[in-house]
Amino acid sequence: MSYEVDGQEIATDEEGYITNLADWTPELAEVIAKAEDVEMTDEHWAVVNFLRDYYEEYQIAPAVRVLIKAIKKSMGPEVGNNKYMYELFPYGPAKQACKIAGLPKPTGCV
Amino acid sequence: MATLHTVNKSPFATQSLLSCLGHAKAGDTVLLIEDGVYGAAGGTGLADAVAGLGGAVTLAVLAPDLKARGIDEGRLMDGVKTVDYAGFVDLAASHDRTQAWL
Amino acid sequence: MEDGVKKFLYVNRKAPYGTIYALEALEVVLIGAAFDQDVSLAFLDDGVFQLTKGQDTKEIGVKNFSPTFRALGDYEVTKLYVEKESLDERGLTADDLQDITYEDEDDDWAEKPSILIVSRSEMADVMAGQDVILSF
Repeated sequence: MSYEVDGQEIATDEEGYITNLADWTPELAEVIAKAEDVEMTDEHWAVVNFLRDYYEEYQIAPAVRVLIKAIKKSMGPEVGNNKYMYELFPYGPAKQACKIAGLPKPTGCV
Repeated sequence: MATLHTVNKSPFATQSLLSCLGHAKAGDTVLLIEDGVYGAAGGTGLADAVAGLGGAVTLAVLAPDLKARGIDEGRLMDGVKTVDYAGFVDLAASHDRTQAWL
Repeated sequence: MEDGVKKFLYVNRKAPYGTIYALEALEVVLIGAAFDQDVSLAFLDDGVFQLTKGQDTKEIGVKNFSPTFRALGDYEVTKLYVEKESLDERGLTADDLQDITYEDEDDDWAEKPSILIVSRSEMADVMAGQDVILSF
């Protein structure tokens, strides 16, 4: 499968994760989110941006509990909890948010 | 009739570099690649083995592999040359044969 | 010791890029961290090369996973034992290693070092005190 942004075709693997991390743009994130039936809000963007920063610094996508702990610390417990994260990303905050953030599927994603 | 020897294993993990140095002839070049580049840093017991060659054998190291492992060129033993991938090809072309010490 | 919690030691003895062992070990550690065990990592022999500063793998076309060691604190992996004799033999000192720290939840999130430099005999004691040892 692939996504299309401004007439440009962006390649992905069979699960819809983009294959070249450098292809990512905020516009592409909106396109992926739409394909996932996710409406991007500020909270969605906060998670996506956190994931991208984390990957940039450590070269891995964090596990869900690491993500939730970090969001809780930076944005408070109303956002940084399991239930709310799954409301934002129904198919799993790590799996689905990483896909929208243009990162590989997280290591240890169980 | 010179030989280019390549060593791709850490000298701390195998005897490949020592064995290679023991078999290299005057005029040969020993090129350290992959984990072999750990043998090019100074301040280890290997410096003696290299000094024992008395300069008859040229020691070279592949720069991209050094960089990957975070070894600053300033830490290399005296007399070790760095080469890039094109330099590797030149060495292979300018020697009569290549022998890999795995 | 809590019920069911075992002491796991991952022993790293290989340099980072020449073989796949180092990367595989790190992935197993990250996945294994989900099981809430008491995890330590040991770095000896060429394994100490995994933790060096300044690694840049762009030109060899493989992933530089050295930054990932700095994420281990987030996974509650906070004990990285490094053998001093192995450093010495390779012309390295503790200053050649990355700064790896963790935030101590029980101490007001104080930042503490994860790397513990130990002698060979202390490393032997660390190994002897484990329930499970996984070798890479």
